[in-house]
Amino acid sequence: MSGYTGGLLVILCLNIVMAYAVFLPVATGQLNLGGAAFQAVGAYTAGYLSATYDLPVVPSLLASMATGAVFAFLFSLLIMRTKSVYLVLATFAFGQFLTGVIINVDALGGSMGLSVPAHVEGWTVILFAGLAMLLTLILMQTRFGLAMRAIHDDDAVSELMGIGVRGVRIGAFTLGGALAGVAGCLYAFYFNFCDVQSFDASSSFYLLLFVLLGGTQTIWGPVIGAVFFTLVPEVFRNVLAYLPAFGHGATSGQVDTSWRFILLGMITIAMMVYRPEGILTRIGLGAIWHGVGLARRGRQGT
Amino acid sequence: MLILQQVANGVLLGAIYVTIALAFTLTIGILNFLNFTIPPIFMLSAMTAWAAAQFGLPFGIFGPMPWTVALAFGIVVAILASLLVERLTFRYLKVRYGDATEHAIPLVSSLGFLLVFQNGIRMAYGTEPHRFITPLGDMSLHLGGIFISLPQVLSLALALIIVFSLSYLLKRTRTGRALRSIAENPDAALLMGVDVARIVPVIFILTGLLCGIAGSIFAVNYGQVYSGMGDEVGNKAIAGMVLGGMGSIWGAIVGGLLIGLVETMSIYLFGGDTVQSVVWGLLLVALVLRPEGLFGHHGIGKGKF
Repeated sequence: MSGYTGGLLVILCLNIVMAYAVFLPVATGQLNLGGAAFQAVGAYTAGYLSATYDLPVVPSLLASMATGAVFAFLFSLLIMRTKSVYLVLATFAFGQFLTGVIINVDALGGSMGLSVPAHVEGWTVILFAGLAMLLTLILMQTRFGLAMRAIHDDDAVSELMGIGVRGVRIGAFTLGGALAGVAGCLYAFYFNFCDVQSFDASSSFYLLLFVLLGGTQTIWGPVIGAVFFTLVPEVFRNVLAYLPAFGHGATSGQVDTSWRFILLGMITIAMMVYRPEGILTRIGLGAIWHGVGLARRGRQGT
Repeated sequence: MLILQQVANGVLLGAIYVTIALAFTLTIGILNFLNFTIPPIFMLSAMTAWAAAQFGLPFGIFGPMPWTVALAFGIVVAILASLLVERLTFRYLKVRYGDATEHAIPLVSSLGFLLVFQNGIRMAYGTEPHRFITPLGDMSLHLGGIFISLPQVLSLALALIIVFSLSYLLKRTRTGRALRSIAENPDAALLMGVDVARIVPVIFILTGLLCGIAGSIFAVNYGQVYSGMGDEVGNKAIAGMVLGGMGSIWGAIVGGLLIGLVETMSIYLFGGDTVQSVVWGLLLVALVLRPEGLFGHHGIGKGKF
C-alpha cells in the first residue's frame, strides 16, 4: 500500500469513517459542526498514550473509541436540553474550544503538533472503513436504527409513537463520537503525527458537507459524498491547476486547492437550490435496486 | 493603570464584535437562520476596501482610490454579496420532504458561500496581512495615563449610533414593524398583508451594511487586513451574540462588549494563546446553563432552523 493511489485510497477511507461518525447524529436530525473535534479527541488520546506509555495499537484504538464516546456522551447529555440552532452552535463552540485548549497543553505538543511512534498500515484503515459501513448497515436494521430514521423524518410524531427521542439522540451522538474517536486514532497512527490544524473548524465544515450532499436518507449517502468530494477534485487536479489564478496574491501552488474549495462551495450552493435532499435518496436507491423491474413494468404498460 | 488600559482596549475591540453580533442577531432573530456568511462578508469588505485603495478597480475602470472612497466601496461590495446570499439561500429553496435536517438548508448553503468567499479572496490576495494606511491611525488621546487612539473612540461612537438607529428602525418605522411581524410568524405576517418576499432582502441589506461597517472599523483601527480575519475575529461575534441572547439588539451590544473585555483580559492575564479556549469555553458554559442568554426571548431559535 504505497504510492499516490494508495495514499489517496487511505485518505478516502479515513473520510468514509469520519463521514459515518457525522452521519449517525445527522440521521437523527442533529447537525454536528464539531465532527473534527471528536476526531481530535481520538487522535490525541491515541497519540498521547502511544508517545508517553508506548501503548500498542489495539489498546490505543480501544482507548480512543472510549474517550470519543465519553466526550460525545457527556457533551450531548449537557446540551440535549437545547435544540436545533443551539445544538449547531454548541458543537461549533466545542470544536473551537477544544482546539484552543490543545494548543495550550504542552503534554499534547501544543501548536507544534504531536509525533506518534505507533504505526498502522493503509490496509488497516481500509478495513475499518469497511467495518464502519457494515456496522452502520447492521445498526440501521435494528429497532434502534428504525427509531433513528423515524426521528429524522419527524421527531414530534416519533415521540407520540412512544420512541424515547432524547435517549435515541444521545445514543446516536455517542456512537458517532466513538466512531470519530476510532477515525482520529487511525489518522494519528497512519500519519504518525497529529496537529490542531488538521482538526479545525473548516475540517468540520467539509465533513458535514460530505454527509449532507451525499444524502442522509440512506446509509450509502456518506460513502457517495466522501467518494465524490475526495476523488472528483483529485481527478480534476490537473485541470484545476490550469484554471486562471485571478488577482495578485496567489502562489502557483495554491491555485488548485483554492479552486477545489471554491467549486465545493459552488456545488453546495447549487445542490441546496436544486437537490437539497442529497445525491442519493431512498427513492433513488429503490430505483437502482429495482431498476430492471421498473423498466419491465414500463414495457408491460405500453 | 495597566488594567484600566486593558479595559479601554477591550471596550473598543468590543465595538467590532457588537457590530458583527448585531448582523448575526438580526438574521437569527427574524429569519431563524444562523448565517455563516457574516464573518466572510466582514472579511470580504475589508479586503476589497484594501484592494480598491491599493490597485483600484480591475480593467483600469478606476485607479487607486483614497481610503474613504475605498471603505465605502468595501461596504457596497458587502451589501451586494449579502444580497447574493439572500438570492441563493432563501429565495429559491424548496421544501420537498420536510424531514429534520431539511430545515438546515439555508445554514448549509451559507457554509457553501463561506468556502467560495474565503478561498476566492485567498486566491486573489493571498493569506498574508496587508497594511491599510489612514491618516487617522496616528492620532490618539491621553486621558489620565490611558492611551486611546482616535479611531477607537470613533468606532465605539459609530457602534452606539448603529445600535440606536437600528433600535429606532425596528421599533418605530413601518419596515421595522413588518420585520418584527415576520420574526413572530412569517405565515401570519403574509396573511396580514406584509410583503414578505420584499421585506426579507432588507434584512440582508442591513446584514451586509453592518458587516461592511465592522470591516471598515477593523481596517482603520488595526491598520491591516488579512484573509483569516473572518475566522479569527468574525466568528467570536457569534459568542457575543449568544451570551447576550439571540435575537436581542441590546443583548448583542452587551455580549459583544463582554467578549471584547474577556478577550483583552485573558490576553493580559494568561497570554495570547488562551483567548480561543476562554471565549469559546465561556460560550459553551452559557449554552449549557442559560441558552437564552442574558436578554434573549424564549420564543426565538426554538423552532427548527
